[in-house]
Amino acid sequence: MQNLVERLLSGDRRALARMVTLIENDSPPARRYLAELHRHAGNAHIIGVTGAPGAGKSTLATHVVRELRHRDRKVGVVAVDPTSPFSGGAILGDRIRMMELAGDPNVFIRSMASRGSLGGLSASTRDVVRAMDAAGYDPIIIETVGTGQAEVEVMRAAQTVLVVSAPGMGDEVQAIKAGILEIADIFVVSKADKPGADQTVAELAMLLSLDPNRRLHDKSKPYWRIPVLKTAAIKNQGITQLVDAVQQHREYLIESGMLASRAQRQVRSEVEALVVHAVMNALKEELPENDWQRLLEDISTRARDPYSVAGELQERIGLKKSKGQLDQSRFGPFT
Amino acid sequence: MPDTRPIRVLVAKPGLDGHDRGAKVIARALRDAGMEVIYTGIRQTPEMIVEAAIQEDVDAILMSILSGAHMAIFPKVMELLEQNGVDDVLVAAGGILPDEDIPAIKAMGIKGCFGPGTPTNEIIEFVRANIKPDRLTTAE
Repeated sequence: MQNLVERLLSGDRRALARMVTLIENDSPPARRYLAELHRHAGNAHIIGVTGAPGAGKSTLATHVVRELRHRDRKVGVVAVDPTSPFSGGAILGDRIRMMELAGDPNVFIRSMASRGSLGGLSASTRDVVRAMDAAGYDPIIIETVGTGQAEVEVMRAAQTVLVVSAPGMGDEVQAIKAGILEIADIFVVSKADKPGADQTVAELAMLLSLDPNRRLHDKSKPYWRIPVLKTAAIKNQGITQLVDAVQQHREYLIESGMLASRAQRQVRSEVEALVVHAVMNALKEELPENDWQRLLEDISTRARDPYSVAGELQERIGLKKSKGQLDQSRFGPFT
Repeated sequence: MPDTRPIRVLVAKPGLDGHDRGAKVIARALRDAGMEVIYTGIRQTPEMIVEAAIQEDVDAILMSILSGAHMAIFPKVMELLEQNGVDDVLVAAGGILPDEDIPAIKAMGIKGCFGPGTPTNEIIEFVRANIKPDRLTTAE
């Protein structure tokens, strides 16, 4: 069989699908493949779509994809839905809204479960995007889990972030809170055919007017004025304007040099995440599940404390040099 | 690769059935069994089902059909899978499937048929026991 990477690069969709599976499961060859794919990626415009559950992310994404197809783009979609904290299973339902896109060979949709990640994406979302990027999809849309106020991971994965709000979801105090509203490059007020949409637009505009940079930015440099756009996807209203704005944002990122600086910020957090992941794996190898159980019992019965246990584990996986000062009689050896 | 990864299942409703309560019950049960269930809603064409199965790289496809169109739709799905070289995915069916059709359905390569009243555990165990084992390892 031809090398999986070559098949992917030549446009074989099954090869891409299998690659995503390998990446998602962190299987041994995935890192090697990703290292190779990294060289071929970097062309795609990566668009994040985030917002509260039910805000209309999937519907909006579907209409944006349709408009992009009218513009003859080859579009990738990664749609993340939550993993059950109890069973580890998930119901991935974003394809329901995207039904009309099925069967178009220039659209590749992949549903992913969050698998315990809390930032609105799954741990491997960025790598999956990289694989789609290398396979020639551009743009690539990342649809996050329905988010609250603090799931901002998408800003580290996407170049242009759309924050979708539906009318009637909260008052203006919600809007000046820190967090998700800060990461928007474009605000989208969805379901604009519903009552209250204009009020939501006004509240978001008020929030934006409080940004001192809006008046005081350096006029000689490119400046992105965050727009608030209304869409009514089922009536196909506002979608062309939104896609225009997304493309303008991309141009702004290039002109201002922000594309490169954002990319570097993202790469940094990516390398950090890889290191953290390696540490977690080292910990898993060092401490089998049964030993964990015993430790947890010791800590919950107050025989031991979390801090010294954490310190000792850091020594055991080589993160800290042993000081040799731990009072073994008090803490007792592990295992 | 970790020795266990979540099994990915496509639950699909082909044909013109108006409701999908049964499929939702199955989807929920599979989720509670730790599987990742891609649910695509009602009125799927065979093309949509096969395309979703490819893009999502699922381990199993469970189709549910109530309307009686199974003998028209199932062969089409199996044919499209074959055309696309998808030979490592478990396919099973549920819904209203008359007993006399079951041998023909199984002859198409559909491994399991589950009618109304099937305990969900039976389906979960069936999926676990019948997905291609090399799919869950490092197969490329």
